[in-house]
Amino acid sequence: MAKRTDSNIYTIVFAVIMVIVVGSLLAFIANTLKPRISENERLEKMQNILYAMGINNNNPEKPNSVVFIPVTEAGKAFNQYIVKQYVVEGNNIAEGDAFSIDLAKEEALAKNPSYQKRLPIFVGKKDENTYYIVPLRGKGLWDAIWGYISLDENLVIQGAFFDHAGETPGLGANIKERFFMDDFIGENILDASGNFAGVTVFKGNNDPENQRKTDNKVDAISGSTITGNGVSAMISTYLKQYYPHIQTLVNQK
Amino acid sequence: MAFLSKKDRALILDPLADNNPITVQVLGICSALAITAQLKASIVMGISVIGVLSVGNVVISLIRNIIPSKIRIIVQLIVVAALVIMVDQILKAYSYELSKQLSVFIGLIITNCIIMGRFEAFALGNGPWRSFLDGIGNAAGYALILVIVGFFRELLGSGTLLGHQVLGDPIAKTGLYAIGYENNGFMLLSPMALIIVGIIIWVQRARTPKLIEEN
Repeated sequence: MAKRTDSNIYTIVFAVIMVIVVGSLLAFIANTLKPRISENERLEKMQNILYAMGINNNNPEKPNSVVFIPVTEAGKAFNQYIVKQYVVEGNNIAEGDAFSIDLAKEEALAKNPSYQKRLPIFVGKKDENTYYIVPLRGKGLWDAIWGYISLDENLVIQGAFFDHAGETPGLGANIKERFFMDDFIGENILDASGNFAGVTVFKGNNDPENQRKTDNKVDAISGSTITGNGVSAMISTYLKQYYPHIQTLVNQK
Repeated sequence: MAFLSKKDRALILDPLADNNPITVQVLGICSALAITAQLKASIVMGISVIGVLSVGNVVISLIRNIIPSKIRIIVQLIVVAALVIMVDQILKAYSYELSKQLSVFIGLIITNCIIMGRFEAFALGNGPWRSFLDGIGNAAGYALILVIVGFFRELLGSGTLLGHQVLGDPIAKTGLYAIGYENNGFMLLSPMALIIVGIIIWVQRARTPKLIEEN
């Protein structure tokens, strides 16, 4: 005898009820938690931007660990150190609310050719030094990668922070480790003749300690070629768009 | 574990050795290759799977008599996916740091064959309490192999354990590196995980002859 649960009607009714129950449960949870989650993300973004301009609690005795400033201080420190925010739209640059710009959303909107992509630039000041901090976004092996790079007035990298959504632990995920990110500090993004060159994550450049700062290259991580190429690509795509505007800002000063 | 009957105890202890999900049932190999380059990642993944599999087994076991058999795989998938998304959202709201560290594993848990395998093989036919024990046991057996593989891969591949340099500093040439030892970068690539799992299977079968199939 066929079981009650084998009939088609039972199956369909069960499926419908299951979808409604699980769907509303998840929607309820997502909606309830949304304010907390977006607040966490907002504070994290502040921590990341400040990290790139060198405002972090990295411990000199632990050269391998990334330590942000505490979440509770992020908002205050952000207002203190980030003195100006600019928004680039096409060839124009104007002061504006750069913090609320989400590069992922801008990229999605920019698929429509009539949309003018907006790019944020943050200007930070610490100990009389000015930092120009720009966000980057690109593709790794499995998922999105992103980061923040701070440049000084000569377009030399002063700090870098990278993060990823799902790169392989132990391989591509190492782009968010100090030994990789710190290699970028001091690298020029222009070549010797002043043209844009970016910074390439390069295999076998025989410079594991990264002593050569003007070669536009940093040492790659073994086993994470595609993630590394993704980092090179996002640096070259985005910094190419940012650097003329940063030069404008430097000249305005 | 005096409060467990002998049968219940077997549910937890068998998967640790003689019925290990990775080395005997050969389930969950994919994630065992992907995330064992570091010991810490292996431990975290092990704990996450223990949590999801034990709760998931209980949920499936509770609704086992009303699941239509034609769509049972889909129902199982929805249960895992819903559980994992809930855990992800709650972590993001209340423990953001932890959720950042777990980000990649959360997704990998859904694809883990052990979860679907245990739902299908055990939870559909047994009560909630036994399913719970079975979930803990199998996930722990999985975690055990992950930790062993992660230990050797991180030690031999990067010379570190949980991020601490235990063999000396490869750049400053101290410790073992002073006498010419080098890290084996090949250990960090997934094929080596398969080879290590193979060696574990070999050792296990050599010690437990009843596991060897007769041809």
